Amino acid sequence: VACGAGGGTSDVQWCFSQVKGAIDDDVAEADIISTVEFNHSGELLATGDKGGRVVIFQQEPESKNQPQCRGEYNVYSTFQSHEPEFDYLKSLEIEEKINKIRWLPQKNAAQFLLSTNDKTIKLWKISERDKRPEGYNLKEEDGRYRDLNTVTTLRVPVFRPMDLMVEASPRRVFANAHTYHVNSISVNSDCETYLSADDLRINLWNLEITDRSFNIVDIKPTNMEELTEVITAVEFHPNQCNTFVYSSSKGTIRLCDMRASALCDKHAKQFEEPEDPNNRSFFSEIISSISDVKFSHSGRYMMTRDYLSVKIWDLNMESRPVETYQVHEYLRSKLCSLYENDCIFDKFECCWNGNDSVVMTGSYNNFFRMFDRGYRQDVTLEASRENSKPRSVLKPRKVSTGGKRKKDEISVDSLDFNKKILHTAWHPLDNIIAVATTNNLYIFQEKLN
Amino acid sequence: MSGDNEETQTTENTPMDEKVQDKVISPEKSEEAKLKARYPNLGNKPGGSDLLRKRLQKGQKYFDSGDYNMAKAKIKNKQLPTAAPEKTEITGDHIPTPQDLPQRKPSLVASKLAG
Repeated sequence: VACGAGGGTSDVQWCFSQVKGAIDDDVAEADIISTVEFNHSGELLATGDKGGRVVIFQQEPESKNQPQCRGEYNVYSTFQSHEPEFDYLKSLEIEEKINKIRWLPQKNAAQFLLSTNDKTIKLWKISERDKRPEGYNLKEEDGRYRDLNTVTTLRVPVFRPMDLMVEASPRRVFANAHTYHVNSISVNSDCETYLSADDLRINLWNLEITDRSFNIVDIKPTNMEELTEVITAVEFHPNQCNTFVYSSSKGTIRLCDMRASALCDKHAKQFEEPEDPNNRSFFSEIISSISDVKFSHSGRYMMTRDYLSVKIWDLNMESRPVETYQVHEYLRSKLCSLYENDCIFDKFECCWNGNDSVVMTGSYNNFFRMFDRGYRQDVTLEASRENSKPRSVLKPRKVSTGGKRKKDEISVDSLDFNKKILHTAWHPLDNIIAVATTNNLYIFQEKLN
Repeated sequence: MSGDNEETQTTENTPMDEKVQDKVISPEKSEEAKLKARYPNLGNKPGGSDLLRKRLQKGQKYFDSGDYNMAKAKIKNKQLPTAAPEKTEITGDHIPTPQDLPQRKPSLVASKLAG
């Protein structure tokens, strides 16, 4: 893993590298970014948006002229993954918004990814074509058939180089398996199966088979009046192909072992931090809802994100997290207005760096936070066009909570709650991060000397 | 939780006052009081079935598919092609020109991230 001594925030300085997307403030709904994901090598970076489109960026090879920065990401492929649909039975619109993208590990020249909207998961193949056959016997170069009377010799076509063309084609469509809205997908380390989760159920699929899916978790109560929690995220363990976890709106994480039984309603482990009953309020359950769960690369830990904090759990200890990081504790005294404007329901994601030493998550005002687990330090950075001079170092930001506001600090009341960073991604090997604001994608790199 | 507590919570306190306040009321509970003051009919089970069921039913409901398609085409906002000025025209003789046809929904455009 390429990083500074320890790779901690103590010695890493982040620089602006690139920003993608329109500059104007008038954001079309379709342009709202809904998911960001690096592939397993970090060479490709995929984004999905509310308009159902996927854009894939590819990292350019490092140039000898500019050894101080790693390659830039440029557009590699873009396609319409999902289109809006109408459920005639329920008279409901099915949004084309891409909720999640997950890459498959690369097995051959082509790349594969899964993308999902609320109802349908699709497997896309992205392949390169850099040669084409020329010199057909019976066809002209433009495709028109030759007059057979003019064909007097036999000509065998040959492959000649052409400008690189990247094609995306849907190879599988996994439909009609979810009554409720799909919130997450996760590819198994066996590369043969994957999970898809909606609010109440989790299904196991084989990547080759689209007409069958196994329901392995079902938390739907017989009487919907008794509904107390929903599933918020699911993830397979990175190297144990029988293990997965799912998080709930009540702040619990359940770990399940598929070897135990076909239906994993009974969990093998339940992770939950005990709550102080004296501190319980109307908001307690809402802010404890877990919006994201991610295993560490090592598979030893998992991280959860709830409204105000990030928690690291040791899989061997169910009773409480081993680490808790406050993302924006100053919002605790703003919960009333955050409930009224619905921001309290915002679903923030979180991610690990390559060697699991630093975790990152987004906040409001286009701020994002990094927590260094080893050095016990944290930093707040901002993704904005004002800090977008090439290779300019990002200055740490600070939110002032007390009465006195220092210069360069921003007060809680001045935060823009419409500028949310919900989706962030960290390159699996290098210190390169992708941060999505509402409709722009920022790429930051570690400052290299 | 009286109104008085709320007021002192938001203004600047001396360190002594703050210690007293912390023992009396947490910021979360103070926010809860604010909310209940604004919405007295709010139920006591926030994570309960009402909120969750609303979440399960997310998605705009339409009366039927026709309603849906109308909304998509936004026909209500578009002007229908005006009738031919000469009302004596015989149907079939008038060949429509591109300006006469109602505008179809624009094709799905490429993402601006790729621009």
